[in-house]
Amino acid sequence: MLHPILFFVFATLCVAAAVNLLAQKHPINSALSLIVVMVSLSVLYLLLGAEFVAAVQVIVYAGAIMVLFIFVIMLLNAGEEEHTHGSRVALLLGLPAVSLFAGLMVWVLGRRPGGAHLGEFLGPTKEIAHLLFRDFLLPFEVTSVLILIAIMGAVVLARREP
Amino acid sequence: MVPISYYLVLSAILFGMGVLGFLVKRNVITLFMSIELMLNAVNLAFVAFATQWNALSGHVFVFFVMVVAAAEAAVGLAIIIAVYRTRQTLNPDRVDLLKL
Amino acid sequence: MNLWLIPLLPLAGALLNGLFGRRFSRAGVTAVALGFPGAAFAWSLWVAAQFARLPAAAIPYSETLAAWMQAGAFRVNFAFYLDQLSLVMILVVTGVGFLIHVYSVGYMAHEGGYYRFFSYLNLFLFFMLTLVLADNYLLMFVGWEGVGLASYLLIGFWFQKDSASAAGKKAFIVNRIGDFGFLLGMFLMVKTFGSLSFGEVFPAAANLGVEGSAGVLTAIALLLLLGACGKSAQIPLHVWLPDAMEGPTPVSALIHAATMVTAGVYMVARSSPIYSRAPEALMVVAIVGCLTALFAATIGMAQNDIKRVLAYSTISQLGYMFLACGVAAYSAAIFHLMTHAFFKALLFLGAGSVIHALSGEQDMRHMGGLRRKVPWTFATMTVATLAIAGTPLFSGFFSKDEILWKAYSSPQGSPVFWAVALFTTLLTSFYMFRLWFMTFFGERRTPAGDHTHEDHVHESPPVMLVPLVILAVLSAVGGYVGVPHALGGHNSFAQFLAPVFATGEEVAVHVADAGLERLLTFLSVLAAVLGFAFAWVLYCKRPELPERITAALGGLYYAVANKYFVDEGYQAVFVRPVVEGSTEILWRGIDVGLIDDSVNQAAAGARGISGAVRKMQSGNLRSYAGWVAAGAAAVLAYMFWVGTR
Repeated sequence: MLHPILFFVFATLCVAAAVNLLAQKHPINSALSLIVVMVSLSVLYLLLGAEFVAAVQVIVYAGAIMVLFIFVIMLLNAGEEEHTHGSRVALLLGLPAVSLFAGLMVWVLGRRPGGAHLGEFLGPTKEIAHLLFRDFLLPFEVTSVLILIAIMGAVVLARREP
Repeated sequence: MVPISYYLVLSAILFGMGVLGFLVKRNVITLFMSIELMLNAVNLAFVAFATQWNALSGHVFVFFVMVVAAAEAAVGLAIIIAVYRTRQTLNPDRVDLLKL
Repeated sequence: MNLWLIPLLPLAGALLNGLFGRRFSRAGVTAVALGFPGAAFAWSLWVAAQFARLPAAAIPYSETLAAWMQAGAFRVNFAFYLDQLSLVMILVVTGVGFLIHVYSVGYMAHEGGYYRFFSYLNLFLFFMLTLVLADNYLLMFVGWEGVGLASYLLIGFWFQKDSASAAGKKAFIVNRIGDFGFLLGMFLMVKTFGSLSFGEVFPAAANLGVEGSAGVLTAIALLLLLGACGKSAQIPLHVWLPDAMEGPTPVSALIHAATMVTAGVYMVARSSPIYSRAPEALMVVAIVGCLTALFAATIGMAQNDIKRVLAYSTISQLGYMFLACGVAAYSAAIFHLMTHAFFKALLFLGAGSVIHALSGEQDMRHMGGLRRKVPWTFATMTVATLAIAGTPLFSGFFSKDEILWKAYSSPQGSPVFWAVALFTTLLTSFYMFRLWFMTFFGERRTPAGDHTHEDHVHESPPVMLVPLVILAVLSAVGGYVGVPHALGGHNSFAQFLAPVFATGEEVAVHVADAGLERLLTFLSVLAAVLGFAFAWVLYCKRPELPERITAALGGLYYAVANKYFVDEGYQAVFVRPVVEGSTEILWRGIDVGLIDDSVNQAAAGARGISGAVRKMQSGNLRSYAGWVAAGAAAVLAYMFWVGTR
């Protein structure tokens, strides 16, 4: 009984925060809204029994990436958005496309029944570790190289020219 | 009990809003955040399917997605900083030198 | 017998001179140019000797060189055919051709393009010999076209002159009109007989019998006649021959007097099995020949350019030959062809000698009194003029009289033909002696103010005179092979050619009535003498008369002197509409407007589309995102639609 209530509460929170992200004019407000989305998503992960993912979501995503975003916003002193009309195509083509897309997805995905139970702990971290370092070892190593490259790239790109 | 499809519908909605944000917003950092929103929506879908099919590889995949998102955010923000230094604007409509 | 040597020797000479002549010395070019035709002539003589020893059953002698084409039952070979007719033709062509080659060495000595001239001349010999030696109509057509090509090249030899190249084109185009008829005739022949070779067509035609009214044989005969009219300059396709005088004089002598223009006569004579069985076609041939003879003779009387007079004379004499064919007197036509080759070539070469002596003057009104200055030319041209006028004992007399007699007496003939031909004889005599008087007698009438040429009038070099003398001898005695029975001879020539023209059932030829023949001969001599008398009166005794007469005749003279405006008529009716039509419709309308325009439109369309598509590259990030979203939605929708079907 708790499950649906929790679900709907945090799902609503997700959507509301996402709407707020779109509605706000100042990027800092949008960033904070995004943090709210991520945290509520984390709760939803918990509801699905993915403890490790939920934890990582909060630590990495909300804790690191969003902090990075906020740092950059403050560094660049980004102000409120301007009102420019850059592209009609984006709205003319994009809005119908988005609605079509979302509508289709909702309609298709909504037809599948199949319940999930609170408390069914699917993912012991130990099992995930086994998968990660055994079956998915190669992608793991590649990802680490990727991060390395990203670091180097970020450093080079953001360097102030002497 | 909450059917998995609800999670999937939520994921679809969030994804759609991410795309919408990308189309509508006029600040490039906000554009980036919309991308992050899209990635999150996808993560939710992965976890939901992992629960449905009882497969832990869904979680592992989410892990990888997050790592890639992190790397991409880092590099992307660095690019934004570089662009800001040269063009002095954060409005993507003003960065249109590739126009034919 | 190796007949193939006869055409291919001149071809070798043509190729040698054509490809390498630029690097040879004058002497080298001359040696090649004379050596190969000379060898061809020598070989022709040897072939004649061999022919004399062949039994009658082996004639016609056929020699196949190689297979050419075969389509089902239809087959055509590279093959040569020797019978009495082609033997006469090759001797005439190589003999007279060789003499003219020798003459040209002297005539063209100071001209540029020396090697090119002889290359073309040898090429012409090759094609002409192919034409007369061919064993089937298709190979004959190859030669036919080839001589047309050689004629074009040689008429337009001085191609920098606009009039010369225009004349060459005119000759070729008018010939093509005739060739169209020839081609249609050949197609009809293939359809009717399934073959084009003489050995198969003529026996098949013999089996068809005489046609009472117009049938397929008549159709074939008329179509072939159209081709012959083009090549032999008969009405209505005669217009190219006077213009062809733009070419060098040896060319006029060889091609437009002695050999090429006689190809039509040869073809009709060769097709005698067909013609003899199509009386209506024969009638048409005779009418065409008769009218042409008269028509051209009248025009010739009013011309002032010495070569033009000879050109119209050629057309007129060819008309005689066609008249002879039209009354089924084929051997008479060939006889006249032979004697005409001698005296007409001589006349042209002599005219060339006169022109050479006067350093290029061709207008007879500016000549006169030349008989002491160029005695050899004068003597030989006198012989030729006597021959063409039909003076007794000269060659032209016998051949022309044969034609006149047959025109009267043959079952195909009629007194009308004879009367017209007789009148034309009078005219012929008149205009030839007019030419003779105007050129060689009286006082020199130089153009006003031009006294520089007077001292340079000189006789031609021996290399030009020797052929003249030889041709003069032939013109004098060449007729003795054909002395008719009525005058005490055996008519060996007709007897020699008889086997060629007597295949199976054909229209019967009349037995001669000696007394009547002698009377008619006397009348023709009278006509010739009258013509001489008129010319003498008008151009020697009282030179002021011609002007008064032309003034009195006024419009009639104007029409005749301007060739009855036939050229102008063709220009207005055929040429101008075609040119205008081409320009307006085909060029401006279709080529530029339709084809070019459609290509341009395609390019403009591409440009337009690319311009529209280019707008996609706006440089704006959000519009790109919009396009991506739209594309993704479309793909997704499609996949769902496919999946849920």
